[in-house]
Amino acid sequence: MSPTSPNAFEVLCQTRTRPVVTAEFPSFDGGTLDDIRAAAEKLAPWVDAINVTDNPAAHAHASNTAMAIALTQLGFNPILQVVCRDKNRLAIQSDIVGVSMFGVQNICALTGDDVTAGDEPEARRVYDLDGPQLIKVATIMGTGMYLSGRKMKTAPHLFVGAVENPTAPPLEYRAERALKKVNAGARFLQLQIHYRPEQLEAFIAACVANGVAERAAILPTVCLTKAARALSFMNDSVPGISVPAATIERVATSVDPKEESYQLVRELAEHALSIPGVAGLHITDFRHDDSVRRLTEDLAIGPRFEEQHAHSA
Amino acid sequence: MGGLLPLIEHGIKKPVWDCRMCGQCVLHSTGMTCPMTCPKTLRNGPCGGVREDGHCEVVPEMRCIWVKAHDRSQHMPLLPRSWREEFDHLRPPVNNALQGQSSWLNLLNGRDRVTPPGWAASEAHA
Repeated sequence: MSPTSPNAFEVLCQTRTRPVVTAEFPSFDGGTLDDIRAAAEKLAPWVDAINVTDNPAAHAHASNTAMAIALTQLGFNPILQVVCRDKNRLAIQSDIVGVSMFGVQNICALTGDDVTAGDEPEARRVYDLDGPQLIKVATIMGTGMYLSGRKMKTAPHLFVGAVENPTAPPLEYRAERALKKVNAGARFLQLQIHYRPEQLEAFIAACVANGVAERAAILPTVCLTKAARALSFMNDSVPGISVPAATIERVATSVDPKEESYQLVRELAEHALSIPGVAGLHITDFRHDDSVRRLTEDLAIGPRFEEQHAHSA
Repeated sequence: MGGLLPLIEHGIKKPVWDCRMCGQCVLHSTGMTCPMTCPKTLRNGPCGGVREDGHCEVVPEMRCIWVKAHDRSQHMPLLPRSWREEFDHLRPPVNNALQGQSSWLNLLNGRDRVTPPGWAASEAHA
């Protein structure tokens, strides 16, 4: 991949010839390049790009930049998540220009969970930039200059996106916030994990009405889990995610909670993809089995189904 | 003047809005709710961590600053329409050099509207 031409994920987000599929890469706490390769090989055949996270839930892990560079060098296509929590504008800009020199192009800007969500709540929170400002800064960098106006040697080719939470208050404002992010330069939006199809529908409808769905590829997110306990945990402990009691109950009381967990996600994903204005799907995986493959096969989405879509188009 | 004005401003705005003296006040555009009181000091709307009851991810007993700001920007009486519309504007990164200064003075001399050249260039471009 030439660092200056658009990558396959960007092209697909723009052309939308079939649903875009992305998935989250596991966090690493040591190991070798071979471990990274092995994990990427499990995901890559089923998805169009792989998100490398930036200290998710405010826990320190192997850095987003190191993982994105590794994936790129191994021939995979990463999306570099960048949160505002840990670094100021100088450090964020140097990270972005640094990874761009290795061919990393996709940047996903997030505000980031607060330090109090993690295992080092004593840490200083930074938030020198906020999410929409970070989108704009990355977009400015794509024109070949830093925020200060200082020119770079060459303009990095960047494809900038962001996240939005369709199920967090104020619900009626979320699509407007998405519009603010698109106006700042976001061209894809990966949504927060959701368990409320009706709230997702309302959000997407508002994004269709205000033009966001056309200007940015909206990817709702589902989360593969194994048991009701995981759902309760998310409901109680993950900021911005709420799981209806009936949904937890459904998994908890089923004869095969593991299979029921999968079926729940499959239904959520199928529903999300059926909403006009949705461009694809983002998958997070806490099962660590072959469910990403199963889900993309059951839904007939992802790079393996390229030809089928080409024929039906 | 330089020393006295911030004191007077803080004396008025601290009790009413819990002013943090960022020196570049945007209260009028955020439903008269200070975004610097958000634990993440977000100036462009609520993060994704807002709880189901509208409370803050970081301080569970506190209503999210931005839930409040959004509500007030729409419903607060006597708020000029232009101020309500400014709610959706993209506010630039905070100029940390202005911390502690009088935002009144910075409004008069225009310093609160100076953005980094890269930001300004992209605004001109847009």
